[in-house]
Amino acid sequence: MIVQRLPRLGLRTLGAALCLALSYGAPALAKTPADTLVEGFAIDDIISMDPAESFELTAGEVLGNVYSSLVHLDLDDTSKVVGELAESWTVSDDGLTFTFKLKPRLVFASGNPLTADDIAWSFERMVKLDKSPAFLLNQFGLTGENVTQKVKALDPSTLAITVDQPYAPSFVLNVMAASPISAVDRKLVEPNIKTAPVSDTNKYGSDFGNGWLKTNSAGSGPFKLRQWRANEAVVLDRNDKYFGPQAKLARVVYRHMKESAGQRLALEAGDIDVARNLEPGDLTAVLANPKLAVVTKPKGTVYYISFNQKNPNLAKPEVREALKYLIDYDAIGATLIKGIGEVHQTFLPEGVLGALDAKPYKLDVEKAKELLASAGLKDGFTVTIDVRNTQPVTGIAEAFQQSAAKAGVKVEIIPGDGKQTLTKYRARNHDMYIGQWGSDYWDPNSNAETFTANPDNSDAGKIKTLAWRNAWDVPELTARTRAALLEKDADKRADLYRELQKDVLETGPYALIFQQTEVAGIGGNVEGLRLGPTFDTNYVGPVSKK
Amino acid sequence: MSPTVAAASRTGSRPAARLWRPLLGLIRFAAVVATTFLGLLAVTFFIGRVIPVDPVLAVLGDRAPASAMERVREEMGLNLPLWQQFVLYVRQALSGDFGTSVLTTNAVMDDIRRVFPATIELATLGTLIGTGLGVPLGVLAAVKRGSLTDQIVRVIGLVGYSVPIFWLALLSLLIFYARLGWVAYPGRIGVAFEYSFTSTTGLYLLDALWQGEWEVAWDVFRHIILPASLLGYFSLAYISRMTRSFMLNELGQEYIVAARAKGLSEARIIWCHALRNAAVPLVTVIALSYANLLEGSVLTETVFSWPGLGLYITNSLQNADMNAVLGGTLVIGATFIGINLLSDLLYRLLDPRTHAR
Repeated sequence: MIVQRLPRLGLRTLGAALCLALSYGAPALAKTPADTLVEGFAIDDIISMDPAESFELTAGEVLGNVYSSLVHLDLDDTSKVVGELAESWTVSDDGLTFTFKLKPRLVFASGNPLTADDIAWSFERMVKLDKSPAFLLNQFGLTGENVTQKVKALDPSTLAITVDQPYAPSFVLNVMAASPISAVDRKLVEPNIKTAPVSDTNKYGSDFGNGWLKTNSAGSGPFKLRQWRANEAVVLDRNDKYFGPQAKLARVVYRHMKESAGQRLALEAGDIDVARNLEPGDLTAVLANPKLAVVTKPKGTVYYISFNQKNPNLAKPEVREALKYLIDYDAIGATLIKGIGEVHQTFLPEGVLGALDAKPYKLDVEKAKELLASAGLKDGFTVTIDVRNTQPVTGIAEAFQQSAAKAGVKVEIIPGDGKQTLTKYRARNHDMYIGQWGSDYWDPNSNAETFTANPDNSDAGKIKTLAWRNAWDVPELTARTRAALLEKDADKRADLYRELQKDVLETGPYALIFQQTEVAGIGGNVEGLRLGPTFDTNYVGPVSKK
Repeated sequence: MSPTVAAASRTGSRPAARLWRPLLGLIRFAAVVATTFLGLLAVTFFIGRVIPVDPVLAVLGDRAPASAMERVREEMGLNLPLWQQFVLYVRQALSGDFGTSVLTTNAVMDDIRRVFPATIELATLGTLIGTGLGVPLGVLAAVKRGSLTDQIVRVIGLVGYSVPIFWLALLSLLIFYARLGWVAYPGRIGVAFEYSFTSTTGLYLLDALWQGEWEVAWDVFRHIILPASLLGYFSLAYISRMTRSFMLNELGQEYIVAARAKGLSEARIIWCHALRNAAVPLVTVIALSYANLLEGSVLTETVFSWPGLGLYITNSLQNADMNAVLGGTLVIGATFIGINLLSDLLYRLLDPRTHAR
């Protein structure tokens, strides 16, 4: 009996629903609340809100607004850092101990005072949890065994960190500015720590509050996390106890929106204030709309084509140089990456310490032919390139295929899923590969140690840097990369990286193509939105609405 | 009582046989379910292992040190022989543990519990719309066979069949959202209610109505109506076509002639007699299209920022998150089997010939 009634009930509900929908005739211009910033943003990469666990771009942005670190990047000159929690710092004469003096009267969003002990404990939990960002501290020789001795609160407002080698202070400070290394409210987290018997997978018998911090925040930034619903929304509330300048808006909502076209429609309708994933077509439309505006910022990701040195043709220096002349940088810049990137030919992204702004290459088929002839390849050769099946890399590969053919180089494109091409690349089974490299932290070492260091080029080599993946055996460059890491003087250090970039530009097995630009479309009433060089410096505190 | 049914009840008069028959049926059903499940498990598992992607990459990303890579490989049991991995997996799956999603780091079951309600809500409303419009349209087309109405219904169905859903989705967004402002976008609920409304079941519309939050319910409705209508349109295309053909079949039967001869009104003949009989196979059609929608419509979910199952599984697939893919596939498999069972039951309720049993 119930069965027979069901369809009728459905019809009736539907009828009523349709009537309601149709009666709602007048197009009401939906507006976001005046005290709330609503961003349309693809946030499906977020796995956790725990700063010691999350290392994804989107989460980094949220964490950068919710937590604060000892220092942060100076947005006016991003090759430098300024104190955030720290008022000042000193480096011991042996270059091993960094002593930070905290600002007075720091408090967490919970109202608990923020002390050096909280920061020491934050370091400890990050190292002991051993999640993705732990390597940031591991590279200073901090391990689960020694972290409590090496990172110590000398008094409530003084923190001492001892590293294992006399690294360049600029390197240590740049890493300290990364959002995972931030102050976590120990008093607030401690009651939420889950303990378990010590085992192989749980070495310390504690989750250090990871389970709780996945969906809660315990920070001291201008905002606090109200809610994160995976693939749906992240909601931030203003932290009224923030020690710095108060955020202008009471709330920020990041809504998960994957579609560029959808973001554009919602931006135009006023349902979102900021559109974060606009593709070139929609970007053009937003630019043309007088009621909307666009802000851009070069980010730390560079795209490159690499040449595996295991391939005898690609191992010839003339061939590598010839290939660099066979890329039509101008055309790619004007079309394929318009609005989402700028042509960039060195491996350090613009804005990082020591970045070299040199663009010696342009499409030059004659020159490439000469170089190929001098390498004994007058008639060209055939070579494959592994490309992940997404834009803009597919388009770039096709453009390269066409321009290379002009000099007789036949490029076969092998498309594949991202993880698939990456697996092949990591096994060094490719000829050529189009890759992207995003800096892990805003310091030249992040890119240098992968582009120019290759400690063990054997197939058994454990450190699979990009140089290793392309079988580029460069002991001399590896040593220079190391030396740059230990150079105390920031200016000299910058020079060392410029030299490295020049060498890679001339002889390296990579043709750097462009640096990614981040673009955000904003509503006309949004003021003060400024994108930083990294995702965790996209601060929303200064944003206001008219 | 028809003769066959009488015969059945005669042979079933012995108590043992009467007990055995449903039990046998149950065992057979369980066997079918078990085999289907095992097959599903095996196929998805081996596809997951055969693809040339290193699952450790999915867990740790590209930057992890070699030692961590080895440790995780061991933790995931990836260094065991394939058949051992499979046995291990089946054993875990049987105890309801699909492992942890590497993408979200949550238990796969928790993730599914979160995303599935969103899809259920959308699919249910979509099916209601599809059925509510599709059945009458199909009946109309059958009754006015060959007329202009029939042609129009056919074109509506054809468009629903052949137009890519993401295109239609974007187009409808442009019209109903951007131009007319009739519906809300994006997501499931407006920013104004983002923080005040808590959903207990994950079915926002029901929860809002249950809690008496009329404003929220209205807002949720404005969010869901467009994607649901789109899905409804697509199931309408299928349902109306099938309804038409079932109805044509029924309208050609002798009992219709008899009913006409008896002097029944045409409306009564069509709606109470012909449709009543056409409804029996129609239930299967509707159930199947409902099951299809429950799988989650990836494209619709993407365009409308709908955090549902389809999006979850696709996302997991693209990231080689095999635990999540396998878990999701099994849930879909279970849903399919469940819905088939349900339509079987409905079939029995609707078909008078099976009533006596």
